[in-house]
Amino acid sequence: MNYLDALLFGVYPYLAGTVFLVGSLIRFDRDQFTWKAHSSQMLSNKNMWLASNLFHVGIILLFFGHFFGMLTPPEILHALGVSAGAKQVLAVVAGSIFGLMCFTGLTMLVKRRLTDPRIRATSSKMDIFILLLLYTQLILGLLTVPVSLTHLDGHNMLLLMQWARNVVTFDPMEAVAAIGPLGFLFKLHITLGLTVFLVFPFSRLVHIWSAPVTYPARPYQVVRQR
Amino acid sequence: MKVRAQIAMVLNLDKCIGCHTCSVTCKNVWTSRDGMEYAWFNNVETKPGIGYPKNWENQKQWNGGWKRGKDGKIEPKQGGKLRLLSNIFANPDLPAIDDYYEPWDYDYAHLQNAPESKAMPVARPRSAISGERMEKIHWGPNWEEILGTEFAKRSKDYNFENVQKEIYGEFEHTFMMYLPRLCEHCLNPACVASCPSGAIYKREEDGIVLIDQDKCRGWRMCVSGCPYKKIYFNWNTGKSEKCIFCYPRIEAGQPTVCSETCVGRIRYLGVLLYDADKIEQAASVVDEKSLYQAQLDMFLDPFSPMVQAEARKAGIPEAWLKAAQDSPVYKMAIDWKIAFPLHPEYRTLPMVWYVPALSPIQARAESGQIGMNGIIPDVGSLRIPLQYLANLLTAGDEKPVKLALERMLAMRAYMRAKTVDGEIRDDVLKAVNLRIDQVEAMYRYLAIANYEDRFVIPSSHREYASATYDAFGERGGCGFSFGNNCSPGTEKTNLFGGKKINIRRAAPIRADREKD
Repeated sequence: MNYLDALLFGVYPYLAGTVFLVGSLIRFDRDQFTWKAHSSQMLSNKNMWLASNLFHVGIILLFFGHFFGMLTPPEILHALGVSAGAKQVLAVVAGSIFGLMCFTGLTMLVKRRLTDPRIRATSSKMDIFILLLLYTQLILGLLTVPVSLTHLDGHNMLLLMQWARNVVTFDPMEAVAAIGPLGFLFKLHITLGLTVFLVFPFSRLVHIWSAPVTYPARPYQVVRQR
Repeated sequence: MKVRAQIAMVLNLDKCIGCHTCSVTCKNVWTSRDGMEYAWFNNVETKPGIGYPKNWENQKQWNGGWKRGKDGKIEPKQGGKLRLLSNIFANPDLPAIDDYYEPWDYDYAHLQNAPESKAMPVARPRSAISGERMEKIHWGPNWEEILGTEFAKRSKDYNFENVQKEIYGEFEHTFMMYLPRLCEHCLNPACVASCPSGAIYKREEDGIVLIDQDKCRGWRMCVSGCPYKKIYFNWNTGKSEKCIFCYPRIEAGQPTVCSETCVGRIRYLGVLLYDADKIEQAASVVDEKSLYQAQLDMFLDPFSPMVQAEARKAGIPEAWLKAAQDSPVYKMAIDWKIAFPLHPEYRTLPMVWYVPALSPIQARAESGQIGMNGIIPDVGSLRIPLQYLANLLTAGDEKPVKLALERMLAMRAYMRAKTVDGEIRDDVLKAVNLRIDQVEAMYRYLAIANYEDRFVIPSSHREYASATYDAFGERGGCGFSFGNNCSPGTEKTNLFGGKKINIRRAAPIRADREKD
């Protein structure tokens, strides 16, 4: 076992996860005025409908794809009669479609943020950093697709699932052991993914916590008593 | 019956001189900040014109306000709850900054630093957003001031619907009026309904609609939901902001800044009592032209003992009941029926009301060019078309606007006869169905417009409110400090186990609600 692997895949997940949770809590408690989506649509609306929808819908589907793909126990897949190979094909196909959706949208958004004078001037350093971080992460994810196509037996995917399950069941040593044989590209993708969690509380990404899922259940009018 | 009180406003357009003092004082107090340069909580438009932001009145373009469905239920015109959420990533109805105007400032320093040159140095404009040079300014606040821009553009004004507008482009027939606008603090606010976070709320005690800046997540649905386009997205903080009706002043019994500084004395503030159980029903009536009447029917008579008893039960303080009886808004909107809501067809039940403007008529009438209706000139031949005013104020129904204008003319005729000829002309009043005491009061309120008649604002009894622990907290708090020093946070539980300095454990004194 390599020390770097132990750090990045055994320790870093807990570090990033802790910062993600505690950081979000502290920001919510202490500085809620900064808690927002920080839309810039009103400053530059050109192509926003297409770009923002492609990006958001794509990335949400990718998130849930990763979440269920990594954490669904193999026993359930087995009971459903889904072989590892079949699941990998499903992951590659779905990932490619959503990934390309997201890539199209994100490319438009990156271009907009960097070149539109109004958007550029009103962006914070973190706004640009987080966007480029997601862009890099997305490109790395898309690059894993051709690599995956060279070995369709699902073996690598099982190792990744093994790692994820070991991390969430607090078995870091096993997790590090599982990830050892994987290629550099996958390891980089995971490291960067954990970094997204690390910087989450310090960026506009906190708006994800506030997805207004309770809105449909609310009466239209809100009256506050003093 | 659920009695609630609201501080409402009336603007007497007949006396507005378009000086923009209201806009400027409001701006200086509330919106002279980064991200809000383009925003005017109060602005004054010259009508006819497309206004600010461009074409705001045209809901076919902006989808603001409410629409009544086939099932008789109303929902925001921009879409019901699920539809609205599906637009959250990119709001198709959101006005862009260019629909307002790109704010700018000038290179003033260049005037001092410019090297010697043949021509005088000038301060050229720079965008206040991007900081880039603006070679040509295409639009600004109040671009159409006093019939600026050509008629072809101004005539896109939505209020020209059902008006043969071509002739009003001719010099001889042209007309204009001013329309000062602010948040309507509606009884059925579409912004509140559109807010996915539930951050916008109406205050129960005085009806002021506010945005909780801590809870706003910047989903920007309120901006498109409001048909008056009176919610502004602050691009600097990423949160929406709106007119706060100067609530710190109102709470202290003082008029809003726009009202206080109005040199024409056109603004009136007073309490209206209404039945909150009727809101949905009033906003859902079938015919748009009935919305004005439906809203009138919601208001309660502050002199009725039954209403007073219900109001006391609802915890409305005595001072407020007294203020409701003296309310200039009640007199103008309900007693004399000379003030109207702005665009009732949006179904928001707005609470900033307008007295329509008279326009030149008397001189022409006297020279025999215009039909006289007894002593009162025929208001159909006013320079501002009746239909135009009706489109603005009563969803196109001319009758109530006509009566209001006739009453204002009758007041003039009555007072002229009284002061010049020493006669009491009952016949004039009979024609418009007014009593002598009413017309004398109208004269006092409209023509003299004393400060204490215009502003009848009871101070709020915050000392009895549970939120007053704020004040106790401030008393024992840390005073002025920088950053987040002694902020107690916004949640009830403190992450670090600290006790909130602004929460007291003792039970409040609820003097208002004691007697039942």
